[in-house]
Amino acid sequence: MSETWIILGATSSMARAFARKCARKGDALLLLGRDMPELKRIAKDCSLRGAAQAEAVAFDARKPEEFSAIISEAAEGRQLNAAVFIGSMPPQDELDRDPSLLDGVIQDNFTGPARFLQLLAPHMETQGSGTIIGIGSVAGDRGRVGNYVYGAAKAGFHTYLSGLRNRLGRHGVQVITVKPGFVDTTMTWGIEGMFLVASPEAVADSLIKAVKKRRNVVYTPWFWRYIMLIIRHIPEFIFKKMSI
Amino acid sequence: MRWKNEELSGWGSALSRATMLARPERLAALTDTLKETPCPAIGMRRSYGDAPLAPKALDMTRLDRFISFDEETGLLEAEAGVTLGDILDTFAPKGWMPAVLPGTGFATLGGAIAYDVHGKNHQIAGSFGQHVESLVLIDAKGDSQQISAQSAPELFRATIGGMGQTGVIYSARLQLAPCPAGKMLVRERRMENLDTFIEAFNASDVDYQVGWLDMTAGGVNLGRGIFEEAHFLSGIFKPAGKARSVPFNLPGFAMSRPVVKAFNWAYLRRVPEGGRGVDCGLRSFFFPLDNIQHWNRLYGKRGFHQFQCVLPLENSPATLGEILEAVVASGLASPLSVLKRLGAGRAGMMSFPMEGFTLAVDIVNKPGAKALLEKLNTLADEAGGRVYLAKDSSLEADYIENMYTELEEFRTVVAKADPDGAFLTDLVKRLKIRGTT
Repeated sequence: MSETWIILGATSSMARAFARKCARKGDALLLLGRDMPELKRIAKDCSLRGAAQAEAVAFDARKPEEFSAIISEAAEGRQLNAAVFIGSMPPQDELDRDPSLLDGVIQDNFTGPARFLQLLAPHMETQGSGTIIGIGSVAGDRGRVGNYVYGAAKAGFHTYLSGLRNRLGRHGVQVITVKPGFVDTTMTWGIEGMFLVASPEAVADSLIKAVKKRRNVVYTPWFWRYIMLIIRHIPEFIFKKMSI
Repeated sequence: MRWKNEELSGWGSALSRATMLARPERLAALTDTLKETPCPAIGMRRSYGDAPLAPKALDMTRLDRFISFDEETGLLEAEAGVTLGDILDTFAPKGWMPAVLPGTGFATLGGAIAYDVHGKNHQIAGSFGQHVESLVLIDAKGDSQQISAQSAPELFRATIGGMGQTGVIYSARLQLAPCPAGKMLVRERRMENLDTFIEAFNASDVDYQVGWLDMTAGGVNLGRGIFEEAHFLSGIFKPAGKARSVPFNLPGFAMSRPVVKAFNWAYLRRVPEGGRGVDCGLRSFFFPLDNIQHWNRLYGKRGFHQFQCVLPLENSPATLGEILEAVVASGLASPLSVLKRLGAGRAGMMSFPMEGFTLAVDIVNKPGAKALLEKLNTLADEAGGRVYLAKDSSLEADYIENMYTELEEFRTVVAKADPDGAFLTDLVKRLKIRGTT
């Protein structure tokens, strides 16, 4: 059956791959983001690929005052699902030089999406069904010297999603926390030290599967669960000397 | 735009180089990058030699959106990074397909235009570029313009088959052809030798024709193989399934003479003596090797060259015989050798096709390969033929003027379109395609 997906941060590489998979299934798509001309191009692409409907909607994670209006319009006569792909990852050394950048990172990766989902939650409760996908990161599993502000924001988002799952689960709404490893996106392009890099298409496939199987926490690709299991269990007195 | 350092090679992996790659995902990022650092565009790197190699390049594969489609007329507009397989998968169920499909669905729209590729139906459908209505070209300053055969005939003809030298192709309007069905009936027949093969091609009036050659057979068996003729059958289209993959470079003996000989022996006998008809999905007919990802690894780390030439009709039988003899004697051929009949259709100044026969042979990159390739290049040149630049890794610059008769016109247009040589690639430099400068 055709579903409706609100996709936040729809211009990101992963979101675009996910939107296309949904389009091929004939789903309806509301594509949210800042770059309207680009969103419109993606919307057109998705409708040519089979989406029942594909609409570009202006959205900025740093303008929470606009969220309510977006949500009420989206929820009008629709059974909703949501997938949150927004996030930003400035290099850690830039953040170290200019601490004022920190608030933006927290807003893009955590408080922005959390505020949006917080406003969406009552609709989902009333609806009594549907799925929310939140894209976190393996970086949120442990703070590392290379990107601990981004990691901290993602960790906050993970905890938020866990609570939201607890809240909405009892109303029949599935909340899925997704923790991708390295994915071949604009964000990671050209960064040194990447390994086991997954394609956005592979990640999108695992999202579709996670929705079908009503999973709670998904690492993608799957082996990151075990890599992170090890990394989480390194004693702090050793970990603090490592730079991985 | 962040740049990524990568060791880049064409599909044959015999030639490679260190490259800095940018991969814009949006139109705005593409034009910004071009303004800052103009450099040539590359796609899925399915060209064999050094065609996709340059010190700096723009990876276009994420600019892969469909822009518009007219269900009535079949006119599709898409970004250049869209693959032809993607077009087939998306539009075949709606009854439309690219009129021309090369042997791999991984080729991009931009690449198919830049090398004016051909398919197994060249005699009736012509070359890929003949179905391009217009395209958007971005120059080294980041300025874009839409061009067509009417609005800018010279530039348009220099861009199709133009190896990216006139600018970056951002998008194109492609006239799709009706796709009558999702399946094909392929009639396969064994051919005893080159003469019967050529006769069979000449006698055939089926839309799609291709020949597989056993390049290990010499003497009276020279030029034996399998002739395939195909036409559409009723049936539904099935998009790409999960592909198998060659996980790593195979050791050298995988393509050694006895192995290839044994493989070819068995491959030929797959087809019974009396011939047979096979039902075949569109994908497996058009893109027979796409189901095996990284099949180029079969050749191991040293890689391979692909030699492909087209020979004028009147010289085809004699020169094909000489070429086959040289390849068979060298023992360097792989099982992948393909013979096709081409028509006269071509859309660009530097397009490959001419009326005649085209032969493609994979040659293992071993000692002796270079000498063999030189010989083959000379034979093709002497017969008045041409070597396919999308495949080439071995031609000498001296041959180019002879083989590509519109070279002077091309040089004039390109000198104007890209005066600073921003879009030069290794192939274009090696063959001095833009002149001595």
